[in-house]
Amino acid sequence: MITKKDVEYVAALARLEFSEDEKEELTKTLGDILEYAKKLSDVDTSSVQPTAHILPVNNVFREDRVEPSLGRDRVLENAPDKSKGCFRVPRVI
Amino acid sequence: MIHYLTAHRLAEMMGKGEISAREVVGLHLERIEELDQHLGAYITVEKDRALASAREADEKRRRGEKLSPLSGIPMALKDNICTEGIPTTCASKILDNFIPPYSADVYERLQRAGCVLIGKANLDEFAMGSSTENSAFKITRNPWDEKRVPGGSSGGSAAAVAAGMAVFALGSDTGGSIRQPSAMCGVVGMKPTYGRVSRYGLVAFASSLDQIGPITRDVRDCALVLNHICGHDRRDSTSVDVEVPDFEKGLEQGIKGMRIGIPSEYFGEGIDRGVKERVEEAIKVLENLGAVCDEVSLPHTEYALPAYYIISSAEASSNLARYDGIRYGRRAEGYSDLVDMFVRTRSDGFGREVKRRIMLGTYALSSGYYDAYYKKAQQVRTLIKEDFDRVFEGCDIIVGPTTPTVAFRAGEKTDDPLQMYLSDVYTIPVNIAGLPALSVPCGFSEGLPVGLQFIGKPFAESTLLRAAYAYEQSTGFHKMHPQAKEASRDEI
Repeated sequence: MITKKDVEYVAALARLEFSEDEKEELTKTLGDILEYAKKLSDVDTSSVQPTAHILPVNNVFREDRVEPSLGRDRVLENAPDKSKGCFRVPRVI
Repeated sequence: MIHYLTAHRLAEMMGKGEISAREVVGLHLERIEELDQHLGAYITVEKDRALASAREADEKRRRGEKLSPLSGIPMALKDNICTEGIPTTCASKILDNFIPPYSADVYERLQRAGCVLIGKANLDEFAMGSSTENSAFKITRNPWDEKRVPGGSSGGSAAAVAAGMAVFALGSDTGGSIRQPSAMCGVVGMKPTYGRVSRYGLVAFASSLDQIGPITRDVRDCALVLNHICGHDRRDSTSVDVEVPDFEKGLEQGIKGMRIGIPSEYFGEGIDRGVKERVEEAIKVLENLGAVCDEVSLPHTEYALPAYYIISSAEASSNLARYDGIRYGRRAEGYSDLVDMFVRTRSDGFGREVKRRIMLGTYALSSGYYDAYYKKAQQVRTLIKEDFDRVFEGCDIIVGPTTPTVAFRAGEKTDDPLQMYLSDVYTIPVNIAGLPALSVPCGFSEGLPVGLQFIGKPFAESTLLRAAYAYEQSTGFHKMHPQAKEASRDEI
């Protein structure tokens, strides 16, 4: 039900890459898990609303006030590459 | 044996001047030095910082300041809870150099209460797992039998408390990750109602399911810790603004007349005989204490596990998209362009199970499969919640096993993810419905601890604690401890 091609397609979406062995393993284990998940289709849900979130909390508003936040240096402390107060990334354009 | 005392007992002793925080913390640090090389419960031990905060706690006491009952008590935090200035790795290679610039709400609260952070506990990478074998750094052994796993994903937290290497710990529970290891290590573990404890600073796995909670040596300590970690936090939009009662109050009121539902689905296929017998004995104890136990049905139980793996993996695939090697965490080397940098960073930084879940979640959310898997799982979620709502019309709490088996052998399930997932079959429905639940020790099978699970209505933690306390006090399993080093020899 899930092929090596599917695995490659989903890997590209997820920004992951796998060796041939890993692809084979994933084709099998993902297939097993999805087969197991098929069980869900036994349940009649034609008139059931989906639950995304268990709490009856919807929009949570607050006053739009400026409050202190982390300073730039602290934010950049963990960056693998930085330059002149910015995160540095490979050239995009 | 100081290292097996509870927080409330230690608070009493410190209050009378029988022992200092410095001594308590020192003894726990010695214990870690002696045992942890073997047990592997900690990723980071904060010796100097812990001794300094212990001295501070003693100083405050000398000055006669008003202290919380947790002042000077050494604790462990699961290493997916952010601690400013202290590495927080999620047991992942991709975060092995991450030092958070801020602290989780729970850590801030516990610091204000005077707790002493002794170390950061091991876990399955990003809390994805049921045995703590998915840590990128080391495995954690079960203090009752070192050939066995401690459960997971909060296996380090549970093992540390069980072995006397922390008085209490915090874990996180997405599908059972506090209750399952607590059951397998013979300690008390609670997952509070979704929204009760702020998730601010908890590294996200599945945001609609994750909840932080305490792992302790007895039910009173569970109440005490809960008193200090609950409460509204506007930095977490799912934190609920409800009153936080004093959870310690009312513990001793007993359970005469309490209506307890026993779900028949929790005693079916897959449960070990020994576990079933211990739980049935425990139900008799509850009846003898005056509770009225009746069989109930949660008919959609068997669908909880597949629904959970779709929902949690979908949320995980989206949450873990943030690990891109730009703002924090590890970045791979030798990349050719931006996308290649993402791919190499993530492929090299994440472990096998984490990648499997990202793949499963990405697949379930991808175009063409969304309705069949993700939407379907969310609809089944509604039905599972309605099962609980119906049962709670007729009873106050639900009682059953925490896990279908006792702690299994290391390596036994690592190659079969479905078998591994099945160890959470009784804990997962609770997360899907957002309910509070706790596990307490209820005896032994094959020489290993068995856990009894109490499930409650939303925000009814006090009722759960009262029932668990009554049970615990009439049995005394919480006073039994592993023989540490000797244990492995006896059991093998």
